[in-house]
This record gives sequence, structure tokens and C-alpha cells, in this order.
Amino acid sequence: MSGHSTYQPKNRIVRWVEERLPIFSLMEGQFISFPTPKNLNYWWTFGMILSVMLVIQLVTGIVLVMHFTPHEDLAFASIEHIMRNVNYGWLIRYMHANGGAFFFLAVYIHIFRGLYYGSYKSPREILWILGVIIYLLMMATGFMGYVLPWGQMSFWAATVITNLFSAIPFVGEAVVTWLWGGFAVDNPTLQRFFSLHYLLPFAIAAVVALHVWALHVVGQNNPSGIEPKSTKDTVPFTPYATIKDSFVTVVFLLAYLWFVFYMPNYMGHADNYIPADPLKTPAHIVPEWYYLPFYAILRAIPDKLGGVVAMFAAIIVLFFLPWLDTSKVRSATYRPLFRLFFWILVAVCILLGWLGAKPAEGIYVTLARIGTAYYFAHFLIILPLLGLFEKPKPLPASISDAVLAKHGGAGAATEAVAAAEKRG
Amino acid sequence: MSTIANDEPSRRDFLYIATGAVGAVGVGFAAWPFIHQMNPDASALALASIEVDVGDIEEGQSIIVKWRGKPIFIRNRTAEEIEAAKTVDLAELIDPAARNPNLGSDADASDANRAAEGNEALVVMIGICTHLGCVPIGEAGEYGGWFCPCHGSHYDTSGRIRKGPAPENLYVPPYAFISDTTIKIG
Repeated sequence: MSGHSTYQPKNRIVRWVEERLPIFSLMEGQFISFPTPKNLNYWWTFGMILSVMLVIQLVTGIVLVMHFTPHEDLAFASIEHIMRNVNYGWLIRYMHANGGAFFFLAVYIHIFRGLYYGSYKSPREILWILGVIIYLLMMATGFMGYVLPWGQMSFWAATVITNLFSAIPFVGEAVVTWLWGGFAVDNPTLQRFFSLHYLLPFAIAAVVALHVWALHVVGQNNPSGIEPKSTKDTVPFTPYATIKDSFVTVVFLLAYLWFVFYMPNYMGHADNYIPADPLKTPAHIVPEWYYLPFYAILRAIPDKLGGVVAMFAAIIVLFFLPWLDTSKVRSATYRPLFRLFFWILVAVCILLGWLGAKPAEGIYVTLARIGTAYYFAHFLIILPLLGLFEKPKPLPASISDAVLAKHGGAGAATEAVAAAEKRG
Repeated sequence: MSTIANDEPSRRDFLYIATGAVGAVGVGFAAWPFIHQMNPDASALALASIEVDVGDIEEGQSIIVKWRGKPIFIRNRTAEEIEAAKTVDLAELIDPAARNPNLGSDADASDANRAAEGNEALVVMIGICTHLGCVPIGEAGEYGGWFCPCHGSHYDTSGRIRKGPAPENLYVPPYAFISDTTIKIG
């Protein structure tokens, strides 16, 4: 997709800079006149929402570091200091804690949108893989951030997650000792997690830049899953996408701030307001909701190494998705069977999330095993076979045709366009 | 976007400006907590006053206490020091103001205005050079008061700047006697 701008600055100073560093034409080409498929629906607004959430996490995080002390004796107290003493510290900390959760909420919607509309298919494989890398970095960052308040859940989350690596044959113990910097989760662990929790968001920002770059090379996918064929199929990014994205971002922020102001601890665990005690594990420990499906997969396998492998494989499999889905048709709109299996996958992921919060016993374990088996079957069996056996619906000739077909025939739509133009 | 031919502001222009204005106000409100968080927090403000027993300070002895993170010089001056400070012609002073918030802002830099009320031997001053913030050394300098090692400012036995780059006398903190021997600073 063409990103080359025909932008000619009028202002003399802008032109002087432009001749030396063509940053204005770059921004103009990528974020103003950039051709955007005209049929994008609201599910396509989550890119902007995620960018805003990343900025919120960065800004609130940098501010929290000004008041936080990464030391086993002081960390918990410094969190209370932020909550009680620092001007608006309560607001900034609650924004950061809930911001993490809403960041994940947005990224899950973004990922499932990609799954539904086949946004991972050629030529968008690299774009998709970069997205999975961002997701992995987000998980690592979120986990290490959760450890920093040094409450009971922090401490035991750190213990359980680092112990995952003890499942590695032969070197597991050595790896875990290396991760801890001791013989248990201790002050060195807290300090290195703090360092990495500060570093990784900037790594995320860098991969996001690559993600956006890759997106702007291949262009956006769209609900019809067919590439724009003419200028009739696209509209300029500004104002069309900018305004739509901004509107949805405001709505999303309203929901986020509702949690921040009215139920800031709803997604937290009361046990994390008890200082870390290495001698006592809380009776019921669960990760934050956004890790629960993977936690359910971990516990579904009755073998230590097997559980850990399955959990990591559940994410690794996403890297291979562009080649596991053999169908030439992108959008689920034209794939009746795929659409059915997609919604089953959504239901299974939610089920696994629910099971992850339940005790690992009785029927819950059985259901988690069925869910885990289905999760892998979806990617490794159903998707490869579906491409061979499914008969897709006929694809429209162009995005414009798809839009017109959806809105009651070409004639009616043309009249509507004409009427809209008359109104100005 | 289609353009509108006439020059009259349209409803769309109004909406653009109104949206932008609301957005700007919103960003301003949202920015304030992130600016204000760098101001002194409640724990810093809670340290804003201290009480000091000055009854045990012998003549010719100084103590330094910390108030709001700053050194406070408290000195029980000798008779010679008081005499030296009192006999200075006020017209010679670089800074003619008392720099004492316990008095009016028009008070002159006479020794009586610099020393504690009702105890002319006692001086209480913020021990920070008015040049660039170093802590001066006591019983030093050409005037036998304080001397700042950073850039060579000389203060007399009343803490008044006499020579060097500092523009003002050492400041007196707000304080008062709460008993015969105890002062409350701040």
C-alpha cells in the first residue's frame, strides 16, 4: 500500500525542516492521507486504544517509580506511602493497576478480531508474529509488575511462575536459582523484576513501532478480507479513522475510569494487601484474570513438565497460525464453518479462564482437560482440515461491492451516497 | 470531505472548535495529578515543624538541627560576638534587610532584629548560603561568623553577608519560644 506522500508544506520553517528530515511528509503519509479500507468496523479501533493504554501505562509507571522503593523491607510500605501520602498517588496507582487489566482486555479483543477476519494470512504473517511477540512481552511485564508491591499474592505469584522453569529437565533447578538470585524468591528477585518491569515496556513500544510499520507496508485487512482494488475502496486515515478511533477510545476510557474511580480493587486480590511472608502461602492463589486460561491449561496436564510445555505451547502455536490455517479466504464472513469453530474457540477460552479461577479438583480438572484438548485441536487439526473441506461463500468483487451488498443493493446505496454528498 | 464554498462559519466549524476546546480542558485536568504528584507529599509536609531545646547550649557553642531537610544553625553567642555584630554601621551592609519572617518585612538588619526576641545571645538561622545553597562553616571567615567554602561568601557573627557573591543575609526561619528554653521552628 502506498505510503508515499505528495505532501508539500506551505510553511517556510516546516519546509526547511522537511528538506533535511522528511518527518512531516512521513507523518502525513502514514497518519493523515494513509488509505484505509472504507468498510472497517468498530473492531478495528483497538489499535488506537492499545496505543493509548501503552502510553497511560508508561506515564503512570514512570511516575510510580518516582515514589516506589524496590526493596524487600520497603516495597510494601512504599506502595502504602503512594496510596496515602503522595499527591494523587492513589489515582496514579489505581490507573496503573487497572490499566494493565484493560490493556489485556483490549489486546484480547484485538487478537480475536485478527482471528475472526483472518488478519494473520499472507501478506500479514510478520505483522501477526510481531503482535504475538508484543503479547508475550506484555505477559512478562504484567507478571513482573504484579510482583513489585511485595504483598502475599505478589510473592507467591513470583514463586509459582519462576518455579515453572524448574520443570526443565536437568538444568531446571539451576535456571530457577539463577532467576531468583538466591535459594528462594527474595530481595534480589524483587530488584531484578523491578529493573525488567521498567525496561520491557520500552521494548514493547519498539515492537509496536515495528508492528505499525509492518501494518503500513501491507495495509489494513478489513471485514471483507479482500484487498482494496481502487481508490473507491479506501478513505483517508484522517479524519475517517482518526475520529472513529478517538470516539471508541473515549468510550473505552470511560469503562476503564469507571473501574479506576468506583471499583479499583475489583480485579485485585485482598491477600495482596498483606505483606509478603515467605513462610506462609495463602490458601487460594490465582493469577490475574488475564492469565487464567493459560493457568487452567497448566493445571489440566497431570505432569509437571507436560503442564508447563502445554502452557507455553498454547502461545507458541499462535506463531504458526498463518501456516496452520490453510484456507485461502480470510474473513469468517465468507467461511460459515470457520465462523462456527471460531465462536466455539471463544467459548472454550472463556471456559478455560473460568476454570483457571476454580480449585484444581473434581469436575473442574476434567473440563479443563477437555478445553485444553479442544484449544490445541482448533489450531492443529480443525484449521488445517477446514481449509480443505470447507466450501466458502462467493467473495464480492471489491470492498465497495461488499459494502453495497450489505446495505440493500447497489441502487439504494448509490442514492444514499448521493444524498449524503448533497448534505455536505 | 466536501468543502463549503461560503466563508460563513458552519455548524461543523463550531463542532470542531467546541470539541477541541473540551478536549484541551480535559487534557489539562488529566495532566494536573501527574504534575502535582511531584510536589511535597503528605509525609514531607508532616515534618514541617520541629521543637528544639536551646537551654543546654553553652555560651560560644553552636548546634545544627535539621528542619524540612535543611540545616538550622542555633548559636549561643559570646559577648564579643554580640558586641562585634551590634557595632556595625548598617549603611555598610550588602543586604540591609533583617530576613526575619518573625518580624515585618521592612525590619532592618540590626543585630537585634537578627537575634532571638528577648535573648540577644541566641541566633537561629537557616544554614544555607544565599548564593547557591552550600552550608557555610561556623566561626570562620574574615568577620568571625560563617564562611561558605563553595564560593567564598563571608557572613558576620549576626549571619549577615559582608563579602563575597552571596546577595542576602542568612535567612531566619519562622520560630517562637514555646517555653523558656524550647523553641518551635516552622
